[in-house]
Amino acid sequence: MATPAPAIPDETKLTPKRKSKAAEAKENLTSKWATAAAIIIAALWTIPTVGLFFTSLVPGEYYRTDAWWTVMFEGNLTFENFGIVMFDSFGDSTSAQPLLGNLLNSIVVTVPTVVFPLVIGLMAAYAFAWIPFKGSDWIFVGIFALQVVPLQLALIPLLRILGPEGIGIAGTFPGVWFAHTIFAMPLAVFLLHNFISQIPSDIFEAARVDGASHTQIFFRIVIPLAVPALASLAIFQFLWVWNDLLVSAVFGSIDTYPLTYPISNLAGDYGATAYLTPPAAFISMIIPLIVFFSLQRYFVRGLLAGSTKG
Amino acid sequence: MPLAALTGGSMARPQAGLDAEFWSTQGQNFILGAVAIVAFIAVVALVMFGADLVKGKWRDKVQLVVLITPVLALLAIGLIYPAFDTVWLSFNEVVKEPDPVTGINTETISFVGLQNYIFAFTDPTVLRTILNTIAWIVLVPLISTGVGLAYAVFIDRAKGEKALKSLVFMPMAISFVGASVIWGSIMYDYNQTGTQTGMLNAVLEFLGFDAINFLAAEPWNTLFLIFVLAWIQTGFAMVIISAAIKGVPVDMNEAASLDGVNAWQRFWQITVPSIRSTLVVVLTTITIASLKVYDIVRTLTQGRNNTDIVANKMYVLSFVEQRQPLGAALAVILFIFVIPIVVYNVRSLRKVKETR
Repeated sequence: MATPAPAIPDETKLTPKRKSKAAEAKENLTSKWATAAAIIIAALWTIPTVGLFFTSLVPGEYYRTDAWWTVMFEGNLTFENFGIVMFDSFGDSTSAQPLLGNLLNSIVVTVPTVVFPLVIGLMAAYAFAWIPFKGSDWIFVGIFALQVVPLQLALIPLLRILGPEGIGIAGTFPGVWFAHTIFAMPLAVFLLHNFISQIPSDIFEAARVDGASHTQIFFRIVIPLAVPALASLAIFQFLWVWNDLLVSAVFGSIDTYPLTYPISNLAGDYGATAYLTPPAAFISMIIPLIVFFSLQRYFVRGLLAGSTKG
Repeated sequence: MPLAALTGGSMARPQAGLDAEFWSTQGQNFILGAVAIVAFIAVVALVMFGADLVKGKWRDKVQLVVLITPVLALLAIGLIYPAFDTVWLSFNEVVKEPDPVTGINTETISFVGLQNYIFAFTDPTVLRTILNTIAWIVLVPLISTGVGLAYAVFIDRAKGEKALKSLVFMPMAISFVGASVIWGSIMYDYNQTGTQTGMLNAVLEFLGFDAINFLAAEPWNTLFLIFVLAWIQTGFAMVIISAAIKGVPVDMNEAASLDGVNAWQRFWQITVPSIRSTLVVVLTTITIASLKVYDIVRTLTQGRNNTDIVANKMYVLSFVEQRQPLGAALAVILFIFVIPIVVYNVRSLRKVKETR
């Protein structure tokens, strides 16, 4: 059975390119005031993050007394804080673990929880999109509705299930993976279903006529064609898990806490280690920002697929 | 709590951890993760191929079961059963009684009806968190959609549109915790004495105003917290709205422009009506997000100075103060807030399915 390559639905058409007509239609709203407002918005959305970077470079002895620009003009900015935070101790109330430990925990929490929902979600998405069965519509609508249900509604009982009275994996990596995978399911199924259902039906019909089973179709057609959608979802899931605090706080423990946890604790602390909060926060942002800027295209495509149809 | 006092410039801090034990633990964690991924994929592949060995009329049915069971099982165990359990728990209370023989405390659950809800709506601190939450779910969507829409229109087809979009979109990649640190430590920071190191207060003093303790000044502090989430969500609104604006036929704008309709009128009479459904999607999505986010309040104020919201209070009650039934009641209240959105979404999804 050949894998038909050219029939991938082209989602880039969501943002059609415009030609010279566009240039004519432009004008007016891009007046001086509009430009000024746009500049102010762009500044207000950028400067805080830039400010965080420079504040990260302010040595502890200046942190409370001098603003970062003052320290900068005096030439006292230093990259030392990053080293202190990463390799020495970080002012977490519950431990003296260097942030490097939390950084590595973040990776160990995130990578498997990106893989699991992708695989399980794709399987279900194919079934809901292309295998007719009784109740299929209702179940899919139900899963879609679950997207909106606040996580909070599930926390207490799920913690009991995973905790020592249940299967006893709360506080370990498998427990955190399990919780994250569950909470990712509704979006994963919905997003992948939207994508897969757009694949032209001829492909599946031809394969069925040739006697292909669902398993064969899944491995030979669905997986190769769904790669762009999987990429979008992977970025989503990566950013969501990497940046999560609630799930890791409830289902994790000192052994599994990712970057967000100690940073959140330290942020409310105005003591002597307060100057370590900005560099710590900055470190937590580096990897998501790299992922975001290098893969922004897929991320936007996922956003559009997930929220404009439906 | 700070671990060690930092005296002057000397770096007298405890040296903790990068010892052999640290590395062996981290190494084990990575191996655990790798093994989990490989084992997971192997099991899935084996089961799928196993289902392919079935012959005859059962083959399709078995394979369908294999495809959908994992999702259904996970959702049943992890979301649906817990949701019902939480609702049940919210009508109960936990009673701790020492066992008459052993003296060990035993916990029993007893039904108390609506008592937790009555408490939630009469206790001033809990009631305040509910009112604050309403402010969040009204203002966050309005601010972020409004600013996102304005920005999308302003930069539409401008030079360097992509780069300009990235600037506003970037906070989407930052965690709520990270954004809270950005605003708390960099923008809203307030010093009682000496120079202001927070950027906003430095600007205020430069312009001749008094510095403001942003996170303590009631009732405006809630507004400053709300802005942090709006700051993150604006990029989302902007990107979606921008794509929708590009779908509005250029001819319509041109024709109106030739008829002498000015830009402001064209915006309200052509652009906004054309992207109405997108605006609804964006507003509802952000409403749901603002209901659940507890990270910002937890990181910036821990609910002090009357800034608490239901999502944070629920966490504190359930996992810090161990008052789970009341926490469950707050989770149910959160859910009640989203029910209209669930109903609306399900109805529009069914409409889309019918027209297919």
